[in-house]
Amino acid sequence: MKTTAFFEIHKQLGAKIVPFAGFEMPVEYSGIKDEHMTVRNGVGVFDVSHMGEIWVKGPKALAFLQRVTSNDVSKLKIGQAQYSCFQNSKGGIVDDLLVYYFEPEKYMLVVNASNIEKDWNWLVSQNNEGAELENASDKICQLAIQGPKATEVLQKLTDVNLSGIKYYTFVTGKFAGIDNVIISATGYTGAGGFEIYFYKEYAEQLWKAIFEAGAEEGIKPIGLGARDTLRLEMGYCLYGNDIDDTTSPIEAGLGWITKFTESKNFIDKDLLLKQKQEGAKRKLCGFVLIDRGIPRHGYPIVNAEGTIIGIVTSGTQSPVLNVGIGMGYVKKEYSEIGSEIFIEIRGKKIKAEIVKLPFIF
Amino acid sequence: MNIPENLKYTKDHEWIRVEGDDAFVGITDYAQGELGDIVFVDIDTVGETLEKEETFGTVEAVKTVSDLMMPVGGEVLEINPELEENPELVNKDPYGAGWMVRIRISDVAELESLLNAEKYKELINA
Repeated sequence: MKTTAFFEIHKQLGAKIVPFAGFEMPVEYSGIKDEHMTVRNGVGVFDVSHMGEIWVKGPKALAFLQRVTSNDVSKLKIGQAQYSCFQNSKGGIVDDLLVYYFEPEKYMLVVNASNIEKDWNWLVSQNNEGAELENASDKICQLAIQGPKATEVLQKLTDVNLSGIKYYTFVTGKFAGIDNVIISATGYTGAGGFEIYFYKEYAEQLWKAIFEAGAEEGIKPIGLGARDTLRLEMGYCLYGNDIDDTTSPIEAGLGWITKFTESKNFIDKDLLLKQKQEGAKRKLCGFVLIDRGIPRHGYPIVNAEGTIIGIVTSGTQSPVLNVGIGMGYVKKEYSEIGSEIFIEIRGKKIKAEIVKLPFIF
Repeated sequence: MNIPENLKYTKDHEWIRVEGDDAFVGITDYAQGELGDIVFVDIDTVGETLEKEETFGTVEAVKTVSDLMMPVGGEVLEINPELEENPELVNKDPYGAGWMVRIRISDVAELESLLNAEKYKELINA
């Protein structure tokens, strides 16, 4: 089992540690609900160093990325980041990722921890263009500092004007005395804030600096448990739950990152275009439980007659709304906002309603 | 770790406190800590007579679902009415305000098979 550079710190803080994607990771510290609300109302820090970073460089980088990712990389300006998918040539998703554009012929891909090896092997096998690939996952750490107070805390540590970094853009600069920290206005919580990337050797120094800077604002460490409830309240997909090798981005509501422009030929383009034109037979939908209950991954979704019409892919009780919320694939005819559906929980039919995502705001 | 001496325990981390013919049942301090924030206690077996180790309900934490098992056979008389609105009582006071059901024990001899505080402590390596 691997650990991140922050493992000893997590243990000292009394985190509950669980195996996740081949890493021993903190799932909670003070409790998932407390951590969740800390990020919604204040500021919290997630160790997400288990995630993978892959450099794509050289004169063939753009052509390669245009073919292996679903979004239009040519639209990126320097200093921008883009959400995207790798398609698996069968209409499914190898992984979802962020593409960072540093300079002409230099991109960084940030991928899910559980898929680092699979993505790497896929990219190497698909690299007909001859782009230069480097898997830097073991060298680069990532912290996500999220919440409405994240900017004021982090601003104490850098001269870079943080409020000037627009959503889905990034700056490389001096941060807490360390050069070349990538400061990215991205995140997986919907609460605002930053994700920072840096080399492993600075891990402890940065953690300490951030917690000192945030003491006044009540900064707290946040585990993977709250990371999941936070992303779910926003309706963000989690690879392995809501999307995988058997789901298409069209079904998953990721049409907005699947670009069928003429100048871009990507893996599965024809297949997905056909699906888009014909309409997907099922759709990933958000739903709220009307009756008391908590939906969970794998629970059947049924209609009033009890016939199976779908399956839950993610679910929890929303700490903000205090009701059961979830996402799941539902047959097209039941996927309209406002449709009444039922979640089968321990043999009982619990009433739910299809709602627009995100669940909050 | 809080493990009161006056209770009996199961290896599935329920406790039972006998009061006359009846008994109160809940989950242990260790169990609530392992589960984390409890958000729903789902029990719909009131009026049913269940066997020892039969499921009388379910406890849902943010991340996990866990079955609740009868420490001994008996009739489920009452659910703790406070848990509907305040399931977090199970976290805050697992042996007191966080009790889950009151039962009428079918056969008091079954109590003999349960763990005492010392044995339960050994089980969880506390």
